[in-house]
Amino acid sequence: MIIKIYNAHIIDPFTSKEGIADIILENGIISKVYFKKKISQLKVSKSSSSVIEINAKGLYVFPGLIDMHTHLREPGYEYKETIRTGTLAAVKGGFTSVCCMANTNPVNDNPEVTYYILAKAKEEGSCDVYPIGAITKGLKGEELSEMAMLKEAGCVAFSDDGMPVMNSMIMKRALDYSKSVDAPIISHCEDLALTEDGVMNEGKISFYLGLKGIPKASEEVFVSRDIILSKYSGAPLHIAHVSVKGSVELIKRAKEEGVPVTAETCPHYFTLTEEAIRDYNTNAKVNPPLRTEEDRQAIKEALKEGIIDVIATDHAPHHIDEKKVPFQEALNGISGLETALALSLRLVHDDILSLRELIEKFTVNPAKILKINKSGIKEGASADLIVVDINKAWTVDKDKFASLGKNTPFDGWKLRGKVLLTIKGNKVFDMRKSG
Amino acid sequence: MKDLVGIKELSRQDIEEILNTAKAFKEVLQRDIKKVPTLRGKTAINLFFEPSTRTRTSFELAEKRLSLDVLNFSVSMSSVVKGETLYDTLKTIEAYNVDYIVIRHSSSGSAKFVSEHTPASVINAGDGTNEHPTQALLDAFSILEIKGRLDGLKIAIVGDIIHSRVARSNLYLLSKFDTDIRFVGPPTLLPVQAPDNVRIFYDLKEGIKNADVVMLLRIQLERQKGAFIPSLKEYFHRWGVKKEDFSYIKDDAIIMHPGPMNRGVEISTEVADSSRSIILRQVTNGIATRMAVIYLLTPREA
Repeated sequence: MIIKIYNAHIIDPFTSKEGIADIILENGIISKVYFKKKISQLKVSKSSSSVIEINAKGLYVFPGLIDMHTHLREPGYEYKETIRTGTLAAVKGGFTSVCCMANTNPVNDNPEVTYYILAKAKEEGSCDVYPIGAITKGLKGEELSEMAMLKEAGCVAFSDDGMPVMNSMIMKRALDYSKSVDAPIISHCEDLALTEDGVMNEGKISFYLGLKGIPKASEEVFVSRDIILSKYSGAPLHIAHVSVKGSVELIKRAKEEGVPVTAETCPHYFTLTEEAIRDYNTNAKVNPPLRTEEDRQAIKEALKEGIIDVIATDHAPHHIDEKKVPFQEALNGISGLETALALSLRLVHDDILSLRELIEKFTVNPAKILKINKSGIKEGASADLIVVDINKAWTVDKDKFASLGKNTPFDGWKLRGKVLLTIKGNKVFDMRKSG
Repeated sequence: MKDLVGIKELSRQDIEEILNTAKAFKEVLQRDIKKVPTLRGKTAINLFFEPSTRTRTSFELAEKRLSLDVLNFSVSMSSVVKGETLYDTLKTIEAYNVDYIVIRHSSSGSAKFVSEHTPASVINAGDGTNEHPTQALLDAFSILEIKGRLDGLKIAIVGDIIHSRVARSNLYLLSKFDTDIRFVGPPTLLPVQAPDNVRIFYDLKEGIKNADVVMLLRIQLERQKGAFIPSLKEYFHRWGVKKEDFSYIKDDAIIMHPGPMNRGVEISTEVADSSRSIILRQVTNGIATRMAVIYLLTPREA
């Protein structure tokens, strides 16, 4: 198969190249990238099964996005999502790499589970899958998992995501040990004692709804603990799903002091606030919880200032029955792969980030943190790119999700920005005609 | 109106209509024959996922006075233990063709959830720490009987506010009138951020100063375990209403309690048995108020 993309505006943070170019792909390999001064006038022939020609005038080409925080649910929770459906959702959303969290069943705390995930991904997956191993066996926070063997099996980082490592000494040892494994620890920062049985942000709305609140301190206390531990051990620390202004301030100070800390946030934290829960909307129930407008603004500002390095989805698909219950009993999580880019493009449309800055947070920044090698869009490299119309308007329809998880608070939202093509090796996903 | 899920969803006008109707029913209840044939042939089910003898009895009596056929479905005989979801329990009950569902459940928002999934009229008899609307309505009815108005009153709600659905429903109801509302209690039992129209007091005497109405809330012994209060003894010492506190409230002020009360914890025996206490009147008014609510709701055609 030959794909010719003419007049595309390439932004590639991996090669640091930007400009109008024609790209030719042959059998999954980028055979030509030709940067040029002017858009050429041309008529493209109709696509056939062996040739696709696109006049990408006004469209962008980016390297395939990396989601460093995904729950693929397999093995164990195939009724929520599988590696097949999760990676399909990924490519539909513009992601060609996903890093899947360890809270499967069994937990990815030993190489056999990692091998299983990678074998499944190779067989049924639509994109690259990089497993994240557990910090502790069974996510219990007691004994370290076999981090070196997990790394050799293919894990790119370690996290007990979904659960914090409550014991500070275990966390300290995990950070210390990780230095010999050369893979970062990703921390789910939450003091469970402060969360107690809270189900949403603590504040006016939690009182109004009679729902038990989770204080912001629950996140801040552990962000601060883990920064202190990272500073002490010198081990890289990545903070997952930052939701609170106080965390941003702590991370900012730590970076200024030279602590090897990085951080991510998710589209829902800079798009929504706790207001989304006013109707007990279980699809807006997520952990950490949606916070206040003050926090939302602080997170946008932190993305702009580079305090937050990465936008990740925390794609957390659930079965409809797990959300069709009273709010308190509903599971936490948002199915995010298919809305992340469009929600994040709002930051560009609103002049908070440049397009290049945004794409960095989805590509080169997570690649650096996880030490994933990506060549970018250059001749001779395997195809790993997306064609995006950043202005195309569309309406989110959960029933059209490739993900099995229809749990989104954005259903019915009108968004701008759509992935038209995702090309990953010799796999081509053409979304130009689909809603 | 199909359901009574909470006071939040009601307008001042809705509340006044319920209170006026309750007044008419109270007159009926003073007659020799206390039953009206209004809803004969219709069915109500009392769906209680939390044990409650008082509220259930009050609803049952109200339903019977309206000539409803009454079913009681309580947690001990329910299939919750078998892992059935609330949705499936609801659908099972719906299959009995009931017209009114009175629900009590430990999850905030559960009454709203149920109301959205059934054509029957749903009446919230307490959902988690969210609302207990009929309690607030009967409280308002009782205040009106004595004070003749709600506007212009100073009302202090004392005790475990954050865990109280009674406090919330009363707050929402009183907020629709021109009232001065205070929350009084230890900081651990008060909201972190108070609603805009509420003043917070840690000191009992300051909080009840010149009050027309003092509403007390039940303090649960478990609060000691969660480190909300050091002991019931200390709570009584600082926040229990005693006879000497009468000098701070208005001369004609009334003391209310949703029951069941703990003498010597939130209220002293002398106060509980004093002429200012209208606790038993609240119980009596519960029946007329609940009759009014059921009477005014209209189930959707299934």
